[in-house]
Amino acid sequence: MMAAIILVCSVVFLLQFFVSYCRSLIAASIKHPLSAEVQDVTGIKNAATGDDFARVVQLLQLCPDRPEDRSGIQAIGAYFGLLGFLRSTLAKVTPSLLAWTELERGQCTYFAAVALERRIAFSRDMFAQQLES
Amino acid sequence: MWFVGILCEAAVLVCAYKKSALRRYFLLNLYMGGVLVVELVRYKVLSQYGQGSIQYFYYYYYSDAVLTIFLYLALTMLYAHVFSEMKAERYVKMGALLLLAGTAVFSGAVVMQSSARYVTHFFIELSQNLYFVGLVLTYVLWGAILKLRETRTRLVQLVLSLGVYFSLLAANYAVRNLIPSLNYVFLPLAQVVGIFLPIAWAYAFWRLPEEARLAPSRLAVIPR
Repeated sequence: MMAAIILVCSVVFLLQFFVSYCRSLIAASIKHPLSAEVQDVTGIKNAATGDDFARVVQLLQLCPDRPEDRSGIQAIGAYFGLLGFLRSTLAKVTPSLLAWTELERGQCTYFAAVALERRIAFSRDMFAQQLES
Repeated sequence: MWFVGILCEAAVLVCAYKKSALRRYFLLNLYMGGVLVVELVRYKVLSQYGQGSIQYFYYYYYSDAVLTIFLYLALTMLYAHVFSEMKAERYVKMGALLLLAGTAVFSGAVVMQSSARYVTHFFIELSQNLYFVGLVLTYVLWGAILKLRETRTRLVQLVLSLGVYFSLLAANYAVRNLIPSLNYVFLPLAQVVGIFLPIAWAYAFWRLPEEARLAPSRLAVIPR
């Protein structure tokens, strides 16, 4: 009985912490303006939408991996999946939740685009270093 | 997996040192240093005595209990940071010590009723109870962060990653207690979960400067 209560509490806390953690990751990157080049590549001109997420992640996978970004991108990927689940279940009967999930999905895409920009800059630096040596 | 964990723990210390956060988050780094040392010695004990040995059994559970206490102290340090402007450090320390003593007494009482191997069982029980106390305390701290409108991004991420880690471990313990036959899945899973914390802390130290700030309204799950 006690273990079942602990399990339920842990799962509720986990969801709360996980969502807030992902939102804090997004909040830390949202102030970063996207360069014109990344806007062109990703097609994000005005506001990012959730529909672009898969494409931006595909572009991310084309760039050399940066270990320090990996956990953040994976966490946001899982968060995006959770939002997708909410969108296709609970949000169908709650319009305000649907609007919120759309907004969050767009911000996930923006986070991925910022990570893409960092990876492009990292690749450029590596390329420049190779040319110098 | 073990090796990756050791690398991640070392990465936290390196990132904290490089970003001059070693002293500011001393207890966090002390905990990570402790985990690093314990893991290295654990590997030595494992290779010398084997996984089924009594030496490895004792070392595993005793070192785990000590690390849990270290982590608990690291959590009190995060409390001290959040409440620093209220000058409540003394009260936080006193409260933390009282709660630690209370948890130890509770664990002792549970063990007295159920087992003959008092000391070892006591440490296992203390470790499990402290994880759950840590989870609840982290949740309370998270509530305080939202209430006090804390804006320090790095501090917020350190607390949240600790919350995710505690919840994952507490859930893991609970499932293992509920369905012991699934131990073969959830025991190794605890090791995978263990890697999350050093990765998240290394990220927070490396990527986020101490001066970074965020809007508190962005953090609440329910939009404000």
